[in-house]
Amino acid sequence: MKNKSLVSIADYTKEEYLEILRVAAEFEKNPVQKILEGRVVATLFFEPSTRTRLSFESAVNRLGGRVIGFTDSSSSSVSKGETLKDTILTVSNYSDLIVMRHPLEGSARYASEVATVPVINAGDGANQHPTQCLLDLFSIQKTQGTLENLKISMVGDLKYGRTVHSLLMAMSYFNPTFNFIAPDELKMPEEYKLFLDKKGIVYHEFTELAENIKDSDIIYMTRVQRERFADPLEYEKVKNVYILKNKMLEGTKDNMKILHPLPRVNEISTDVDSNSKAYYFPQALNGVYTRQAIMAKILGLK
Amino acid sequence: MKEDKKLSVTAIQNGTVIDHIPAQNLFNVISILGLDQITENLVTFGTNFKSDRLGRKAIIKVSDKYFKDIDINKIALVAPNAKLNIIKDYEVVEKRQVIVPTEINGIARCMNPKCITNNENIVTRFSVLDRNGSISLKCNYCEKITDQQHLQIIR
Ligand SMILES: [Zn+2]
Repeated sequence: MKNKSLVSIADYTKEEYLEILRVAAEFEKNPVQKILEGRVVATLFFEPSTRTRLSFESAVNRLGGRVIGFTDSSSSSVSKGETLKDTILTVSNYSDLIVMRHPLEGSARYASEVATVPVINAGDGANQHPTQCLLDLFSIQKTQGTLENLKISMVGDLKYGRTVHSLLMAMSYFNPTFNFIAPDELKMPEEYKLFLDKKGIVYHEFTELAENIKDSDIIYMTRVQRERFADPLEYEKVKNVYILKNKMLEGTKDNMKILHPLPRVNEISTDVDSNSKAYYFPQALNGVYTRQAIMAKILGLK
Repeated sequence: MKEDKKLSVTAIQNGTVIDHIPAQNLFNVISILGLDQITENLVTFGTNFKSDRLGRKAIIKVSDKYFKDIDINKIALVAPNAKLNIIKDYEVVEKRQVIVPTEINGIARCMNPKCITNNENIVTRFSVLDRNGSISLKCNYCEKITDQQHLQIIR
C-alpha cells in the first residue's frame, strides 16, 4: 500500500481493506502516535466540505504531522485560472501526501496520475469517496464483530448516493444480504444489481421502511434530497416516508446499529439519537481512526 | 479486383481497402485514422453502397499504406464489422477483421459533462465494454459509462 494513491474503492483489495481496518483499530486504542512528525499533508478542498476536512486534519494532527492547504478554491490560484495539473504539480513539491476534494468527477484519478506524491480522494463530485467507505466498514466490523454474512438495509437515495454504491461494492467480498429501501425514483441502479447477481449476492427491494428493517444487522440511512427530483410533487410524496423514528426500532435485532454518512437533515428523527442502536456519531469518530490508518499505511509508517 | 462493387472506387496497386464501414460513420473513420491529415498517400472513398447487413456502407482505399492492428482496431468504436483487404500488386494478399480493443485512448469524448476530461485538457481513456455486440466505454476518470448512442468522436 506504500505510496499507493486511494482514489476509488476498487483500487484496494479485500486484504488491503482488512489491513487498514486492523491498523484503524490500533489507532482507536492509542490515537496519539507521533509517527507523522516532520511530514506535511496538503488538504486541497476545491469545494468546501467542513466535516471531511476536519476529520482528515484531526487525523494528521494526532499523528504529529502538519497540514497545509485551502478550504475553498475561490481564495486560491485556481480562481486565477490555474489548471488542476499545475496546482497538483506545485503542491507535490510542498507535501508528502495530498488529500483532495473536487467537484468534478475523475479529478482525483487525474491528480493521482499527475502528482509525484500519493493522493487520497476525499470526494470527486458524485463519483467516489473511498475513505467514507472504509470508515463505514470499520464501523460495521466494530459493532458486529465481523463483516461476514450480515444483513444490511440501505435506505433513502440509492440512485445517486455514492456512499451506498461504494459500500455495496466493498461489502460484496463478505457475503452480505441487502435490503434496498427507496422510492421508485431513487432505486438502486441496474448496474449494481447486475453486479450482485453475478456474484450471487441476495438482495430485496422495498418501497416501505418500517416493516422491512426488523431482521437487519445494519441500517444505512441516506438523505433524500429535494434537488434529485424533477417533479417537486414527487419529492413531497416521498420525503416523509423515509424518516426513521424511534418507535420503528421496536422488534429490531439487539445487535442492530444505525449508520448515516452525515450530515442528516430530517431522515433520522432526533428521538432516535438516545437509542443505543444509533451509531452515526461514533461512526464519525471512527472516521478519524480510519483516516489515520490510511495515511500511515500510504506513507509506509505502519 | 474480383468484386464488382470495388470497381466503383478506383482500384489501387498497393495499400489497404477498408470495407463494410457504416455509411454514417465514414467521416468518423477518416478522422480516427487521421486520413484527413496525411499528405503523401492517395486516399479515395465511396459511400452509400448498398449492403444487406449495414443498409448503406462506405469503402475507403488508401494507397501505399498498411495499418498496424493497434491503429486499425480503434475504428471498432464506429465500424465494428469493418474488413480490411491488404492489396499488393492489385491482388488481395490478406484479409483482416477489426478487433474491438480493450482500451481506447483519446478518440472518444466522455458523455459526463461533470467529468474532468471535459473540463481540462486531458487525453481521454476508456476501458471498452462489449455487451452483446454493443460497445460502450467506461471512463478511466469519472467511471461513468458512455454508450454507443452517446458516443462522440473527438475530431
Ligand atoms: Zn469521464
